[in-house]
Order: sequence, then structure tokens, then C-alpha cells
Amino acid sequence: MLLAAMMLGLAAPATALAQDCPKTTLGDVEDEVMCPVCGTPLGLATEAPQAIREREFIQRLVDDCQSKEQVKTRLAAEFGDDVLALPEAEGFNLAAYVIPALAVLLGGGAVGVAALQWRRVKRAGDGPGDGPAAGAKPAGSERLERDLERYDL
Amino acid sequence: MKRFLSPFAVAAMIGVLALVALLVYGLAQSTPDRGIEEALARGEAKRAPDFTAPNLSGGGSSSIADFRGKVVVLNFWASWCEPCRDESPLLDRWHAKMSEGGRGTVLGVDVLDVSGDARDFVAEFGLDYPMLRDGEGEVLGRYGVVAYPETFVIDRRGRIVATRRGPVDEKFMRDEVQPLLEAPA
Repeated sequence: MLLAAMMLGLAAPATALAQDCPKTTLGDVEDEVMCPVCGTPLGLATEAPQAIREREFIQRLVDDCQSKEQVKTRLAAEFGDDVLALPEAEGFNLAAYVIPALAVLLGGGAVGVAALQWRRVKRAGDGPGDGPAAGAKPAGSERLERDLERYDL
Repeated sequence: MKRFLSPFAVAAMIGVLALVALLVYGLAQSTPDRGIEEALARGEAKRAPDFTAPNLSGGGSSSIADFRGKVVVLNFWASWCEPCRDESPLLDRWHAKMSEGGRGTVLGVDVLDVSGDARDFVAEFGLDYPMLRDGEGEVLGRYGVVAYPETFVIDRRGRIVATRRGPVDEKFMRDEVQPLLEAPA
């Protein structure tokens, strides 16, 4: 009984360790980092020697039970912040997120204003001043009636 | 009466303009600086761009200016670069020859590399020449490096007098480096 309890006690931390590790996978990290030589996300650089070496480096860190954030921090320490496909949303890097959002808002606003102007112009073109008065017969149908009367059909 | 484009046409125009701007930006970013090669083709020797980089072995940094007065064979390499493996023993032999009497040195710059892999590479080949590290590729841009390895021969006055895109060989070293070593200081 005592022996069984001791064995259980020894096995428990090992099981916990196995559950905690690995904390991430190569596939999960490579979508979020760049291959610096190729200039593409690492996930797209399959054959490049530098990409292969970078993957090996990431795999070693994953095997060492490092989390995705820890792996990315180590990569940034080796290759600089440009290795991160998405920069940290703080300080100057915040501009990478704010500027596209502002551009979309401004672009959407510009298209909206253009759409309103266009509708206003279209309505003005279709308005009562330009067309025949309500109840008035179109010029073509008046001429048709006159022709019918003349030929007495 | 004023005529307005349809909002769809405006959106399409904005989209096309944005794509063209992105294309122009991308082309401008990816075009390497060929200033050094163009100067050499005109028979001019450009001053070697200055830089300071950390020592690969750790502990402090060095500058290209530290080597002024010596002939410098500046070699950009990486541990993942296969041709770099071929030329490293040759560079090490030439470093031994150049450093006799303090006439010159080979200066290696490890680029865009995992520092541990680079140190393993140096140990594997027993390389004795000084090694700097450019993990972020900052120095690369100043020299317009696009291929690996690339080598720049710098004279005693700090001017680039020859370059080799790709691995160096014995002939290149004899033709471009030996005369500089033999020239009076």
C-alpha cells in the first residue's frame, strides 16, 4: 500500500510535466514569424536553407518546452523584431494596427460621401423639373394620337 | 451640372491606386544597392561603409574603423550557406598569411543566422579570424549584399577595391588581395 502510494507520488509530477510540454508546435509558430532572408512568412518558405535552419531552431525551443511567446522572443533576440510577422501592439509598432484601421475608416467614409453625392445628383436628374409634369401625356403619345386621328383608323 | 463617378468606380480607383503604391514600395524596398559595384565599374574606389557590430563570441563589439590601416577582406557568411563551408578554410589560410606583420585581416560577418549555429560553424572549421554578428541584417543593407557569401576587399585607406558575389577562390585572393599586401604601407 505504502509502495503504491510512493509510486503514485513519483508518477504524478512526471504526468503533469508531460501534459505541460510541449506548450506550442512548430506549425503554430511558423505562421507568425518571417524567414528574414526569403522575406516571406516562414510557413511559405519551404526550401530555403535559412528557413530550414530557423525551423530547426524553433523545434529545439519547442522541445525545450518553451511557449509560443518565449519562442518568438528568442527569435526576435536572434534576428530582430522584423522576424515577427505581426509586431507587438505597443509603442511605435501600434501604428501597424492603427494606420490600416484608419485607412479603412477613411476609405469607407470617402466611398460613403461619394455614394451620397452620387445619389443626390441622380435624384436631381430624375426630379420633376426635368421630366413631364404629373398627369401630362408624354410627347410621343400625343403625336401618336394626332396621327391616328388624321388617318381616322 | 456636376457629374459624379459612381461610388463603385471610386472604390475601384482607390483600390487600384493602393495596389500600385504597394507595388512601387515593394520594388523600392527589394532593389539592392549596387553603388559599390557601379563605382568599381567606373574605376572608382568607394569608402567602405562604417559599421559597428557585436562580436560573435560574445562580449563587446567591433567596428570596421578598428581595422583601418590594414588590408581587410570583409566576408559576409552564414552557417546555413553551403558555399560558405567551401570557402572558409581558404579564408582562414589567407588570414594567417595576411596577419603576418599585422598587414591585414579577414573579418567575418555572420548574417541572419542563429548565433549558436554560427559559433558551432566557427568551431567546426577552427576559424581564427575575427567574427562579428549581424543577426538583423543591418550591415547587409549598407553593403548591398544580396547573395551569400559575399566578400569585399578593403585597402589600407578604407576604400573598397574589389568585391566578389559568391565564394572566393585562390585566384581571386591572389589577384585582388596579394598586391595590396605587397604595396608599401
